[in-house]
Amino acid sequence: MNIYSQISANKWKSILLLVLFACFASVVFYALGVVNGDPTTYIVFGFIFSAASGLFSYFYSDRMVLWSTGAVPATKKEHFDFYTVAENISIAAGIPTPKLYVMQSEALNAFATGRDPKHGVVCVTTGLLAHMDRAELEGVIAHEMSHIKNYDILFASIVAVLVGTLAMVVDWIMHHMFWFGVSRDDDRDNSNPFSIIALILIMVLAPLIATVIQLAISRRREYLADSSGVLLTRNPAALADALEKLSMSQVPLKKASGGNAHMFITNPFGKGSFSTRMQKLFSTHPPIEERIRLLRAM
Amino acid sequence: MNTTYLVLGILGVCAVYAIAAYNSFVVLKARILEAFSGIDVQLKRRADLIPNLVESVKGYAKHEKAIFEDVAKARSAMMSAQSVEQKAQANNMMTDALKSLFAVAEAYPNLQASQNFQDLQRQLEDTEDKVAYSRQFYNSNVLSYNNKVQMFPSNLIAMIFHYAPEPYFAADAKERESIKVTF
Repeated sequence: MNIYSQISANKWKSILLLVLFACFASVVFYALGVVNGDPTTYIVFGFIFSAASGLFSYFYSDRMVLWSTGAVPATKKEHFDFYTVAENISIAAGIPTPKLYVMQSEALNAFATGRDPKHGVVCVTTGLLAHMDRAELEGVIAHEMSHIKNYDILFASIVAVLVGTLAMVVDWIMHHMFWFGVSRDDDRDNSNPFSIIALILIMVLAPLIATVIQLAISRRREYLADSSGVLLTRNPAALADALEKLSMSQVPLKKASGGNAHMFITNPFGKGSFSTRMQKLFSTHPPIEERIRLLRAM
Repeated sequence: MNTTYLVLGILGVCAVYAIAAYNSFVVLKARILEAFSGIDVQLKRRADLIPNLVESVKGYAKHEKAIFEDVAKARSAMMSAQSVEQKAQANNMMTDALKSLFAVAEAYPNLQASQNFQDLQRQLEDTEDKVAYSRQFYNSNVLSYNNKVQMFPSNLIAMIFHYAPEPYFAADAKERESIKVTF
């Protein structure tokens, strides 16, 4: 897999995901409609809802992700190395300098978001800026810049927002079912037992679907971003050093959640946590030791 | 009858290829020009930092006239350079002149300690990085253009429309390890 096939794969997967999401939401709303005896209104509402959240996640996913992590814009005066290194790497990559954000946290981590290289965002933690020297920072930024250039950010950001939306919708349906659905059964007899079963099935399926969607994010993209990042800095040793520092850090990132975990350069939950052990099963990141080994071999 | 169609078909395919190849030369050449102007911007930034730097060094080391002359000469060479080779050469000259300027500066602890001087050093170091990265971007564009100019069959189209290989923006061996500024 090279960069160009990665770019088109990311664009296609994004479109596919949005379409699947719209279909899934329509089915859920249709089932809800049958339960409440008004399928037409519900499916129209469902269609509008899914189209709106799809468009919203395409245009605003970067802002949503930034908002959920509480990052603030970086300035040249305050974060000289971060700012200038990002400028330099974008010169080498031939893309506009992304918007730069800093997250207040002792954890060492970084992520990129946005929908295309023109709307790229790179965000790092204050802990990362404090612990990396300039060459290591270059390695990390080049890795993030490669995610931007390869359109990994488009797919990853849409996933983050849609997985979040899915969780919200399921919560809402649960609420709806137990508070309205059941009480209305007395005076309205048209609720179909099959669609109630279908609804329950969907609620069980939704978290599973969310996990599968996150798994569609190829683990290979991290290797690809490592190697195309190194192509920009010509310094694999610095990125390997940086990854070693990242893997050594035990501080978990509090602002990370199940929805945005896949976006970070390394697993944000820290070693030994329950979610880390779970993530070995459903991992969005390849083992960091393997990445370091490959970089050292370059 | 059939052969006529066959010949026409082959000619058509060739024409389509020729148009596509010509257009890709136009695009690649434009990219090279853009990348080159990227280097230019950084070289200008670098040249713009020099007078301030010289001023701040002069405040502490007035009598090191030879160094200031070297730097001034390198700067004017950089400002007047036109072609890729000239610019590359002037840039290397500037690097050498700055290296000796910083070597001289090391003998003046007061200068080393001044906030202004440290700021300038930092900015200059960053500009060196920017020059290096824009040069890398330029050279990778030149590489893909030159490959196309020299490889068969696109070299035939290049020959017809006078597209010649472009020069790389070379750094001399000394400059690769750049000036290491210590605080």
